[in-house]
Amino acid sequence: MVDDENGLRKARRFQGEYPVVVEGLVNRFGEQVVHDNLSLKVKRGEILGVVGGSGTGKSVLMRSIIGLQIPAEGSIEVFGQSITNAEPDEDIGVRRRWGVLFQGGALFSTLTVGENVEVPLRQFFPEISDELRADIARYKVMLSGLPEDAASKYPSQLSGGMRKRAGLARALALDPEVLFLDEPTAGLDPVGASKIDRLTKELKETLGLTVFLITHDLDTLHAICDRVAVLADKQVIAVGTIPELLATDHPWIQEYFNGPRGRAAQDSSTRRDSIEIDKPRVSGD
Amino acid sequence: MTGLANFAVEHDEQGRGKLSLSGALLVSTVGEIDHGLEAIDVPLVSVDLSQVEEIDTVGAWIVCRLSQRHDVEILGASERAQRLLSAVHGASNDADIKPPVEPLWERVTGFLGTKVTGMGIGLVQVVGFLGQILIGMGNIILHPSRFRGRALVHQLELVGVASLPIIGLMSFLIGIVIAQQGAVQLSQFGAEALTVNLVGRITLRELGVLMTAIMVAGRSGSAFAAQLGTMKLTEEVDAMRTIGISPIEALVIPRILACTFMMILLGFYASVVAIIGGAVVGELSLGIPFFTFLERIKDVVPIYDLWVGLLKAPVFGLIVALAGCYHGMQVKGNSEEVGRRTTMAVVSAIFAVIVLDAFFAVFFTKIGWV
Repeated sequence: MVDDENGLRKARRFQGEYPVVVEGLVNRFGEQVVHDNLSLKVKRGEILGVVGGSGTGKSVLMRSIIGLQIPAEGSIEVFGQSITNAEPDEDIGVRRRWGVLFQGGALFSTLTVGENVEVPLRQFFPEISDELRADIARYKVMLSGLPEDAASKYPSQLSGGMRKRAGLARALALDPEVLFLDEPTAGLDPVGASKIDRLTKELKETLGLTVFLITHDLDTLHAICDRVAVLADKQVIAVGTIPELLATDHPWIQEYFNGPRGRAAQDSSTRRDSIEIDKPRVSGD
Repeated sequence: MTGLANFAVEHDEQGRGKLSLSGALLVSTVGEIDHGLEAIDVPLVSVDLSQVEEIDTVGAWIVCRLSQRHDVEILGASERAQRLLSAVHGASNDADIKPPVEPLWERVTGFLGTKVTGMGIGLVQVVGFLGQILIGMGNIILHPSRFRGRALVHQLELVGVASLPIIGLMSFLIGIVIAQQGAVQLSQFGAEALTVNLVGRITLRELGVLMTAIMVAGRSGSAFAAQLGTMKLTEEVDAMRTIGISPIEALVIPRILACTFMMILLGFYASVVAIIGGAVVGELSLGIPFFTFLERIKDVVPIYDLWVGLLKAPVFGLIVALAGCYHGMQVKGNSEEVGRRTTMAVVSAIFAVIVLDAFFAVFFTKIGWV
């Protein structure tokens, strides 16, 4: 009976409305309080951008959700499973259902890109044959927009942008339902950054992903985010579409979106919308 | 309700099969049916997906592979399935995911070749590094204002003062061991009294300086390599150059001077502490009073034993500092290199120190300091 239940859970994708629910989160490091009673819900199938000044705890929030940072108080549920009640290394069956892209890519440096993608597959689904696993790794590498020959290269042989893509390929290895991206476009040139943006959107649309995206990149926010959550004053002070956020009168939000850089990004995004070049398209069809 | 992945092949009259897949075709479930699907040996006419309830890219990949292999069309795919199929179809390729492997003979000869050329290049680089240091020294002598006194004092403290406790403890224990073990052997000839000669001469002449050099190599030589290596990686060294500061003058020379000078003091200190260790053993287990032991040292140890130790010390210090700074300045590329170079610095320093010590032993004996 237990086997059956496991089997069923294995075969079902999350159907609820909110795959990630954070409630009353408190994080502190010594005296310093990073989050105070923070609450946030991520909708299924959306790209949620998370913004905030430096040191407002965006990365800490992500680390809390994926169970790397144990919060002082509050509850976090992913796919309806409580992360906060689980032991740090307890397997509650959520790790195989999310993918995480760390800021620097965090690729295993002694493995090739292809082998990096194989690691989660090997870990969670050892019953998959070697041949199929290699096949999966290959097409994930392609799906992330890397050239074919990148699969046999080591991370040190790749450029920063390619390393990000390789990290993305590993994050996508298990066909996750939720993807966590920590500043995917930071440190990339504008062309590379907009390619990553387009890829994220394409993947969301094709694979039906929910994306939790930390960013400083105003262009990314305008181009691909369905909603944006703003972290300030140790809380999420506002969540909504960019027009909704612009309607609020919080000084930081106003400064963020209406500062010179915010204006420029807004302009370029309206320009882009009106011309409609480059409609997102999955390659190969 | 969703079930696990399943498949069925329906044979028609010509012996061809109609494959229908059902249930959930997900990464978590397809592993179990993959072998079965691979084993299908009848030609297929169609692949039916209408019973499939869930699908992800791995499921789509398997379907895509089947349809390509048997060259059949896919029926009853849902909208999601079609989207995924076209996505993975475009991404299919047969690139290698393992690093390219060369044949054994190529690897072995290649390895030897790189080692040999590496040694040649290394030799040239060491000579170049020594040259840079000499030029740096020359510049400092010509322009004494460029000398970094503060950096030197800081290094003197790090190399010398900070290592007093650990070197003291080590030497004390070595003194105890030599006295105790020596006494056991000498007592067989009834010559326990000669323990004083043993401890005094061996620590001042050999062990005090040698063990200190090894300790300094492990403690300061490795630190030099790691510090300079990290500074190279974070482009601090390059930043210095662009401002017009010579890294050799600012970083390397203070370290080399500090290490060379401090080795003299540390070597002497280590010998003294080792003798005290020996005297403690004398007092406690040999019946030689503590101060008598020290008095006897004065009589039985010739003064040139002290010179032997003190002459070797700065040379060893120089070697240790050179190895540390050289390997640190050679770091380039990634953080792994810092670790590798640090190890190399310590190993090559200790090796060079021991080889030189052997030469010194022969040399001092030849000139009559026996």
